[in-house]
Amino acid sequence: MTDSGPQSSSPVVQLSRATKRFGAVTAVDAVSIDIRRGEFFSLLGPSGCGKTTTLRLVAGLEEPDDGEVRLLGEVVNRRRPYERPVAMVFQNYALFPHLNVRRNVAFGLEQRRVPAGQIRERVRRALELVRLDPETYAGRTPAQLSGGQRQRVALARALVIEPAILLLDEPLGAIDLKLRKEMQLELKALNRQLGITFVYVTHDQEEALTMSDRIAVMNQARVAQVGTPAEIYENPRTAFVADFIGECNFFAGAVVERHDGLATVAREDGLRFRIPAGGGMAPGRRVRIAVRPEWHDVWRPEEVPPTENAVPGVVRDVVYLGETVHVIVRLPECVDARIALRNEGQLIKPVPWRAGDRVSVGWLPEDCQVLEEE
Amino acid sequence: MTAARRLLAGLNRQPRLVAAALLAPGTLWLLVFFFVPIAVVLAYSFMTRGVYGGVTRGFTLEHYRRFMDPLYLTVLRRTVVLATSCTVACLVAGYPVAYVIARAGRWKNLLLFLVVVPLWTSFLVRTYAMIFLLRDTGFINSVLVALGLIREPLVLLYTPGAVLAGLVYGYLPLMVLPIYVSLEKLDPTLLEAAEVLGARPAARFWRITLPLSAPGVVAGAMLVFIPALGAFLTPDLLGGAKQMMIGTLVQNQFGAARNWPFGSASSFILMAVVLVAVLGYLRLRERSPMEVVG
Repeated sequence: MTDSGPQSSSPVVQLSRATKRFGAVTAVDAVSIDIRRGEFFSLLGPSGCGKTTTLRLVAGLEEPDDGEVRLLGEVVNRRRPYERPVAMVFQNYALFPHLNVRRNVAFGLEQRRVPAGQIRERVRRALELVRLDPETYAGRTPAQLSGGQRQRVALARALVIEPAILLLDEPLGAIDLKLRKEMQLELKALNRQLGITFVYVTHDQEEALTMSDRIAVMNQARVAQVGTPAEIYENPRTAFVADFIGECNFFAGAVVERHDGLATVAREDGLRFRIPAGGGMAPGRRVRIAVRPEWHDVWRPEEVPPTENAVPGVVRDVVYLGETVHVIVRLPECVDARIALRNEGQLIKPVPWRAGDRVSVGWLPEDCQVLEEE
Repeated sequence: MTAARRLLAGLNRQPRLVAAALLAPGTLWLLVFFFVPIAVVLAYSFMTRGVYGGVTRGFTLEHYRRFMDPLYLTVLRRTVVLATSCTVACLVAGYPVAYVIARAGRWKNLLLFLVVVPLWTSFLVRTYAMIFLLRDTGFINSVLVALGLIREPLVLLYTPGAVLAGLVYGYLPLMVLPIYVSLEKLDPTLLEAAEVLGARPAARFWRITLPLSAPGVVAGAMLVFIPALGAFLTPDLLGGAKQMMIGTLVQNQFGAARNWPFGSASSFILMAVVLVAVLGYLRLRERSPMEVVG
């Protein structure tokens, strides 16, 4: 729909230090986000992190106490939802129970004084777009539909008004897993096909990774990190992000020396490991790193290659998961590390480790993410 | 196992018996104190008047014919007009009250309590209070005279307006409560959804709030209209003889006039009007809250 790619155009949604308080509680705290045209952008975080309130600030259902909300370049802080170029799909669909499917979908067009003939045609197209047969469903009331069908009607009702920005508040939360996976792919396809900017709220990290062009991970009313799914997974900036998106093992210590682009870190128990030495890795600085389970190796203590970091431990359990085998190792600091080994058939079968084995948990110095303080 | 427990266990296997047992007291009550008297009144309406009051046997349509006299038809028309005006006034005054209470947050219970408080005092006392407000030397006239706005007191009491004011005062809570219940149930997300879809406040009210509270409006209208039709105390005390309503007529026939058959016939004509109203209500309820045409 647009000839300029998402990268080149100015932000469609721009929050600048947007803040919303409810009494003594700050629900959204100085959040700044730029969302590009046509992007599938997710707000991801645990419940109560402020993601829904952020979405409502964009919708105009809440007014910011501080900061700025810009849509298509204009400040809209005090504009009501009906004066904004947005449409929204609510968590529980919020279909009008006294109107049938056709009247529900037509609602936004009627408010815009679209001629009746056009309404009929656009409603039909919107229902076909979300793959609901107009012949069968247009006359039904929301009570006569399944959860998945209601979901589609809510989507059609929002899309039919051709908004610049579509806001979705955990729209797939209430439908079963199989249908949810299907809808995820459909939503992503609709985003591509229509060129509408999608802002998607979810607490499901897998869902966010599957669908999003970029994700803002939120925690305690703030944005913890914004990035593509790969950036967030590979380079989580904080322990919260590392832990919330996928699984992580954490190691901490203080820098003792720098050498050849590597910094050596000493743990409290004296064990040392090496990390890539970026700027500011001066001796004495405390660091915390995150290592993904699949970045680890498990070695017999005497077989650890000298290039790898290693922390000793005792195997507590081996969990067979088909594609991967998880080895759970109890570390000296009484924390369990989870190590994911790819199931490469012959290599793993039989799994060489059993509960009680003394092992070393190894990883290459570059296979870790140095975390920022939160 | 005691006999009682055995009985209960037996009953649990007999849901129909349990239902019958639960329905029995209410059914018996209605039978003895509602259907029997109604049957008696129906029978009376076809009998002739006894010399010293009461009735004598026989069958006649005389009383129904008598009611067709313009004198009584005027009473019936006045009654229907007043009851309808009362219902409309209660709706206009009651809907905003119910709307505000439904959105009043923590003040909700207090406000509901205040709506119900007048029902704690006797209807008679409240009607007399209206007399003190409305009569020539009453509160309203005294204030207006004292302020120098009028020289002579306004004629407020014994007018249709006085009856209407008394009826509205008496029945307003019956309108507010059911509307409140239906507004309270209304999911606020629906209004947000409408707003994001482009609906301004007025459109949200007419397209969402009002249709979804229609069951409460209809129930409230029935709760007000039916007793207002049969009201006799308010028109009697606030309307005087000039403003006779059908309730007052029936009361007179059974009381002072000692014409039980005519009173019975008048009652049945009133009931016919109520029946028509209730059938209208049922038809309305079938259609709302569904607005599925389109």
